[in-house]
Amino acid sequence: MKNKEENESKEEENCPQQSRASRRKNHRMKRNDGKKEGGERDKKASSKDEKESENKEKKTNMKGKEEENKQKKGRKNSASSNSSNSSDEESLSEEELAMLMEEVEQKKKLISTMRNKPWRMMKKLSVLREAQAFVEKFEGALGKGKGKKLYAYKMMMAKKWVKFKRDFDNFKTQCIPWEMKIKEVESHFGSSVASYFIFLRWMYGVNLVLFGLIFGLVIIPEVLMGMPYGSMPRKTVPRAEQATAMDFSVLWDFEGYIKYSALFYGYYNNQRTIGWLKYRLPMAYFMVGISVFGYSLMVVIRSMARNANESTADGDDDNFVFSWKMFTSWDYLIGNPETADNKFASITTSFKESIVDEQESNKDENIHLRRFLRVLANVLIICCLCGSGYLIYFVVKRSQTFSKMQNAGWYERNEVEIVMSLLGMFCPPLFETIATLENYHPRIGLKWQLGRIFALFLGNLYTFLLALMDDVNEKLAEEDVVKNITRWTLFGHYNSSMENSTATPAPLDPADVPRGPCWETTVGIEIVRLTVSDILVTFVTILVGDFIRACFVRFMNYCWCWDLEAGFPSYAEFDISGNVLGLVFNQGMIWMGSFYAPGLVGINVLRLLTSMYFQCWAVMSSNVPHARVFKASKSNNFYMGLLLLILFLSLLPVAYTIMSLPPSFDCGPFSGKKRMYDVIQETIELDFPLFVAKIFGYVANPGLIIPAILLMVLAIYYLNAVSEAYQRANAELKKKMQLQREEEKNKRNNKASTNSMMQDLEDLLAPSTKSESSPKQAEDKKKDSPNQASPVGKQEKAEVLNSSPIAAGRRAAFIPPPHVLVTRPLTPGTWAPYPQPRQPWPGGRPMGPFPGRGRGQPRYIHPI
Amino acid sequence: MGGSSSLLPQEALGEYQELTFLNKQEILLAYKRFSELLPREQRENACSVRVPKSQILTLPELRPSPSRQANPFQHRICHVFSTSEDGDDSMSFEDFLDMLSVFSDAATSDIKSRYAFRIFDFDDDGVLDGKDLEKLVNCLTGQGEEARLSSIEMEQLIRNVLEESDIDKDGTINLSEFQHVISRSPDFVSSFKIVL
Repeated sequence: MKNKEENESKEEENCPQQSRASRRKNHRMKRNDGKKEGGERDKKASSKDEKESENKEKKTNMKGKEEENKQKKGRKNSASSNSSNSSDEESLSEEELAMLMEEVEQKKKLISTMRNKPWRMMKKLSVLREAQAFVEKFEGALGKGKGKKLYAYKMMMAKKWVKFKRDFDNFKTQCIPWEMKIKEVESHFGSSVASYFIFLRWMYGVNLVLFGLIFGLVIIPEVLMGMPYGSMPRKTVPRAEQATAMDFSVLWDFEGYIKYSALFYGYYNNQRTIGWLKYRLPMAYFMVGISVFGYSLMVVIRSMARNANESTADGDDDNFVFSWKMFTSWDYLIGNPETADNKFASITTSFKESIVDEQESNKDENIHLRRFLRVLANVLIICCLCGSGYLIYFVVKRSQTFSKMQNAGWYERNEVEIVMSLLGMFCPPLFETIATLENYHPRIGLKWQLGRIFALFLGNLYTFLLALMDDVNEKLAEEDVVKNITRWTLFGHYNSSMENSTATPAPLDPADVPRGPCWETTVGIEIVRLTVSDILVTFVTILVGDFIRACFVRFMNYCWCWDLEAGFPSYAEFDISGNVLGLVFNQGMIWMGSFYAPGLVGINVLRLLTSMYFQCWAVMSSNVPHARVFKASKSNNFYMGLLLLILFLSLLPVAYTIMSLPPSFDCGPFSGKKRMYDVIQETIELDFPLFVAKIFGYVANPGLIIPAILLMVLAIYYLNAVSEAYQRANAELKKKMQLQREEEKNKRNNKASTNSMMQDLEDLLAPSTKSESSPKQAEDKKKDSPNQASPVGKQEKAEVLNSSPIAAGRRAAFIPPPHVLVTRPLTPGTWAPYPQPRQPWPGGRPMGPFPGRGRGQPRYIHPI
Repeated sequence: MGGSSSLLPQEALGEYQELTFLNKQEILLAYKRFSELLPREQRENACSVRVPKSQILTLPELRPSPSRQANPFQHRICHVFSTSEDGDDSMSFEDFLDMLSVFSDAATSDIKSRYAFRIFDFDDDGVLDGKDLEKLVNCLTGQGEEARLSSIEMEQLIRNVLEESDIDKDGTINLSEFQHVISRSPDFVSSFKIVL
């Protein structure tokens, strides 16, 4: 402080008026700061480091001031002609400039990192203001002559840029939809439930992009520029169906007008270009179909990689089980007393569990019974899975016969969807009941449960697909017959009209032309119906299972025999894993169906939107949080992994149908071609210059493709090997760290134990040594005892000689290797020092390998 | 209420954005919530008034109710973030912002763990000793009698925790040891959050 005062006074002698004033202000501010500090001094915990950093702060300030003074003095001495009013900056030398620059940079850095400092706001504010004032004042001084203006401009732009970035960030966070909603849920139910909603929002974003892609590039061009409805057979409802085509029951089954609309594959024409833009619709259709998968794959993998990056420090090492439970188990987001109660309970159980685990880690009674039960449970579940698979196959088969019947009822038409939904509804609880037989640890149990539900859904989906495939093959056979009929009908029509009149024949009405079955549209309709029924079942389940149940429990509780809230029905929990799986499977269906039903993505976008609001409402109004609270951070990549798997599995059937089935002859953008991908060859041949076609021809050559695949496989192998090596290195490092830590621990432990041991020893010795030892003897021994006794710690000899004999002897007691102890037992004199006060134990000394030896020491001691 | 946000001066808003991990909307929201805690006549100068602890505790994330409480650390949080000189744990708007900043999404793990340490340090002596840990466990297990751990369990638990994280074996956990443990934890940062 004194130093500063001096500086201050000096300044005041030779400073221009203006800067003096400002400096005074600075000074006052600092004093204020000091005062505040004084007020804060009673806060013990943080005060130390705060103060340290503050001191540093002050030092730099001081330095800055001294520099300033120097500058000013130098200026005065060298160039007295310069009046003090002239601009300071021009007289600055290179070196000073650099220093000043450095300091300004430092201040700037301080400003930008201020928020990381654990200071009080008041202090932060004052330091910030000071730093800002400093920067503002001296920023202008930097740069010389012409450069100065540029520099100032640059600075200004930088400032503007920072401000813009901040505003943009603010804007961006404002644009994230449902942020407040999710935060509200988060504060009631903790982060795990919120993670579902975040996943839902992410899914919505992805679907929105897909929707834009399909609508912008396929549906809207077709609607705007394609042939209008009714202009050709594929765009017209057949005569036989026209009477009922507008009935709601028909529309609800996606027949009638909806079937012959742009929502389905069959509506599109195979005209190469449409409209005045010469838009190549078939080509666009194919490319969009591919890019839907491409984009989804990219997005999923990218977000998986990002998640993996974030969770590099995953806590798989179990060094800190208890500490983590203690310090990190509370979820501060919980703002709802009920959730908090659940959380308390779960924390208590987890504490108790881990204590019990620790106490009796491997106590397994009656292992045979448990094994038997587990095998039994798995057999039961496999039976369930097979049964559900067979049921679906059976139902789909039956539905094909129903579809040929004219007067099938509502149930017959919707049997497949109903059965699949019911299976999806009742099998998971059944699995859960069976799983109680197994008596797994809940975490492992949850994984099994998820795996089984996944298998169930997947099995159902694939059986459905297989059955559908049979259907498609049947339709393909049927098509050949229809093709001939169509040709003959048209031929007959023209012939008859030729006979009747010589005028140009009126074309046959498109509604009367016989049609092929158009298997693509059939597949699309099946998947759309499945999706819609899935949506309905989900919503109804939420409404009945959650809302009605909650209402019943809440209001009937006043007049019921037992406590409904605590007893049997109680409130529903929010089933995170079930909901996530449902969402993932729904998405799989969308991917599978989007090629044959472009409108499906639109339906899904609507579904996700309503689901967001509906589920948010349902959760807030009628659910209680999980009794067992899961942490969100670990599960994110798990969801993504499921999604990736489903994406791959839904890609397979679509790719198969595109590559190996012939498209229908009279519907869809690829009609008339042998295979769907012919559209690419056609485009290349007709629209690109010849050499491009040639290049494509070469590239598509198997001789080139096979080596390319080989190369990729090799690359994968190599990268895999590299990552494995890294992993091994990581594990090695981890092991090393662990070893080090163990060592450290042991050292400390030994120290503690030996310390206490020495305490005992000393107590034991205290009376005898005092009476018997002579100073001289002790001195003699002092000289040679270290020599013999500390071969391990030779480097410490000097220190030992200087220290008290007690310390030396004590050290000798556990340092020497056994043979020393045996051959040259220490004489009692060693233990007979001057009664000196104990010296503090020197820390960080390597311990002998057998610390326990010290225990044996006392028998050498008394010569009595 | 609509006018209340405009009362926060522009340059103060800028400074607060510079100094905290909050963005503009969050600061304004915090200001709104804070001024709602004040009696009507004091709302004009909300920046300079202190809100007593009892008022702060009515925020949903910190709210106590007669029999049970949402956040067991509410008193500690108030205590740690309060700059009140007469020890009544009242909070000024700046203290309030400090708190929200530390508990925000963007705050670094370092600063979060620092404050977490101070929250857990019940007797304010700069280290976590056995007593602090015991209180902490009691906070975490709630208030119900049947939920409490028995004294043997408690002892075992504290012994285990110290064994794991007390690296220098002085019987207490200091800040650096605490941060070491916390930095390994996968979900500390995601759970040490409060949103308004």
